[in-house]
Amino acid sequence: MGRLDTLFEATRAENRAALVGYLPAGYPTVDGSADVLTAMVESGCDIVEVGLPFSDPVMDGPTIQQAAEQALRGGFRVKDVFTVVERVAAAGGSPVVMTYWNPVYRYGVDAFARDLAAAGGLGIITPDLIVDEADEWIAASDAHGLDRIFLVAPASTEERIVRTVAKSSGFLYAASVMGVTGARDSISSAAPDLVERVRVHTDMPVGVGLGVRSGAQAAEIAAYADAVIVGSAFVTKAGESLDEVRTLAAELADGVRSRVAAGQTS
Amino acid sequence: MSAQQEPDQPTGHEHDSHDPDERGYFGAFGGRFIPEALVPALEELEAEYDKARTDPEFVNELLRLLRDYAGRPSMLTEAPRFAAHAGGAQIWLKREDLNHTGSHKINNVLGQALLTKRMGKKRVIAETGAGQHGVATATACALLDLDCVVYMGEVDTERQALNVARMRLLGAEVIPVKTGSRTLKDAINEALRDWVTNVDSTHYLLGTAAASHPFPLMVRNFHRIIGIEARRQMLEKAGRLPDVVAACVGGGSNAIGVFHGFVDDKDVRLVGLEPGGHGVDTGEHGATLSEGSPGLLHGSRSYLLQDDDGQIIEAYSISAGLDYPGVGPEHSYLKDSGRAEYYSVTDAEAMEAFHLLSRTEGIIPAIESSHALAGAIKLGKELGEDGVILVSLSGRGDKDMDTAAQFFGLVGEE
Repeated sequence: MGRLDTLFEATRAENRAALVGYLPAGYPTVDGSADVLTAMVESGCDIVEVGLPFSDPVMDGPTIQQAAEQALRGGFRVKDVFTVVERVAAAGGSPVVMTYWNPVYRYGVDAFARDLAAAGGLGIITPDLIVDEADEWIAASDAHGLDRIFLVAPASTEERIVRTVAKSSGFLYAASVMGVTGARDSISSAAPDLVERVRVHTDMPVGVGLGVRSGAQAAEIAAYADAVIVGSAFVTKAGESLDEVRTLAAELADGVRSRVAAGQTS
Repeated sequence: MSAQQEPDQPTGHEHDSHDPDERGYFGAFGGRFIPEALVPALEELEAEYDKARTDPEFVNELLRLLRDYAGRPSMLTEAPRFAAHAGGAQIWLKREDLNHTGSHKINNVLGQALLTKRMGKKRVIAETGAGQHGVATATACALLDLDCVVYMGEVDTERQALNVARMRLLGAEVIPVKTGSRTLKDAINEALRDWVTNVDSTHYLLGTAAASHPFPLMVRNFHRIIGIEARRQMLEKAGRLPDVVAACVGGGSNAIGVFHGFVDDKDVRLVGLEPGGHGVDTGEHGATLSEGSPGLLHGSRSYLLQDDDGQIIEAYSISAGLDYPGVGPEHSYLKDSGRAEYYSVTDAEAMEAFHLLSRTEGIIPAIESSHALAGAIKLGKELGEDGVILVSLSGRGDKDMDTAAQFFGLVGEE
């Protein structure tokens, strides 16, 4: 049983959702990103997603694009992601990496998995790697004991959900809207429908992301999901101050513990 | 299925041994490295194209538009005065520049626009570099009553301002892309972001034979008409097949279309000419196949320009239609299998060929196509007087007059 399984067992026992926070490694600097992620862990993020900045982030909106660009301009190298993961793990966090696949492919899929596991990483979220193309990653993640967090989307067919679930571990990442990352005022109704469709096929924890920025939104998602994933809102706060990051994490951590009964907010 | 007659000529949409496997791979290249959110749309497109390619109603309608609207078949023109500067070899030009909208792009655009209608979608998005694909897409959307949004890198909107005006005149919305290198690659990123948000209502009318399956197959087949016609015309006019077929390669759509007419003719060399920019040694180029390495960009495994970390390197070319750091996966396959060869041509060499064709034949080529012409000059010198070269003249140069005027100092004081 992996560490993410244990973690979700605990949050389910507490009748709450897990809080997952995202930040690109190297933003604002390599050290700075480790500081921000550590603050996120200390203030209530159960899991942190350490982003690997990529030159062509087609699934990301402007906030994360700009952060990734800044990290790359600042000289971020792929191996720096392991440094950041190591520091987060040392601070008691549960880090997973979120990355477009080309940097991993270029590094060598097995070598990347090996080095990530050695740094204390628990798995990889793969926004542009679908299960159909993942044979090499499946072998490497098995070999090095990493979780495979694939995405499902509102457009996914039943057949594809089943196929994706079969190859996933840790948790499933449900993209709550069709679209790119970025904070939104309202979370689409597609998310509860998608989670419900996933639950027909699996007991695996389901995280919902794309657009969350407030404790109220977190509570709303926590009503039906096992994890609330927050990205762009943390990136924005990281550009302000560590205190702002801590305040947001604390608000969201409260949110995931105040599950709103289904239907109450709609 | 309709009761219409089977087309009486090859269309390029026949199934054959050159189709990718069921996962969209040409050898080790292709596939689908794309967000899950887009997979259902790709599966829908794959299924629709698979039905359409053998449906006489679809194919005949496309052939009718290509003939009565786009002006096909395009001519084959011999270029003897130009050839005199190329070792005396025979040089024949496949005149895609004479198609409606001025390039080969219309072949693919009409096909995909018809498919969009078949799928019941009303909105089309496209990326464009030089603007040729954007203009062609805006044209087809005007003709077939589809809403059209074109993403274009801000750098390209500046160097191709007239094409922006053309697209707007045709009713398209042109969105300048201000991220990254602000060129073709970034326009594709932005179009993908739009597509993932609006996939239910929208078809992404991709302009080159790259990205995820089924695009490389489908776009290639829409352009195979170039090679089918050219092979027949060579036999009619030159009385023989060429020794070499030369075409420029950015994403590689005109090249893959013309190459396929000859891919089974083992004695015909297939030569792709990539943008060497300021010279491959300077790092400022777009010679993906000559200088790149396999990786994943825009949805498929193919050669690309990347650094040691797998970050994509910005391509450069004087030609806005060629400065792309990726290339269609079938070209990667043809390179590795040895069936096709790829070389780079610098800005200066391409511009010299641009100038030469204008002066010797009265044909102003697109700067993209001028890369193929520059390749033909070198190949002609290699082959000598007995050589026969077919060049895909993929587009006309009207859109490039600003660039050319600056490069040659054609406007100014005197």
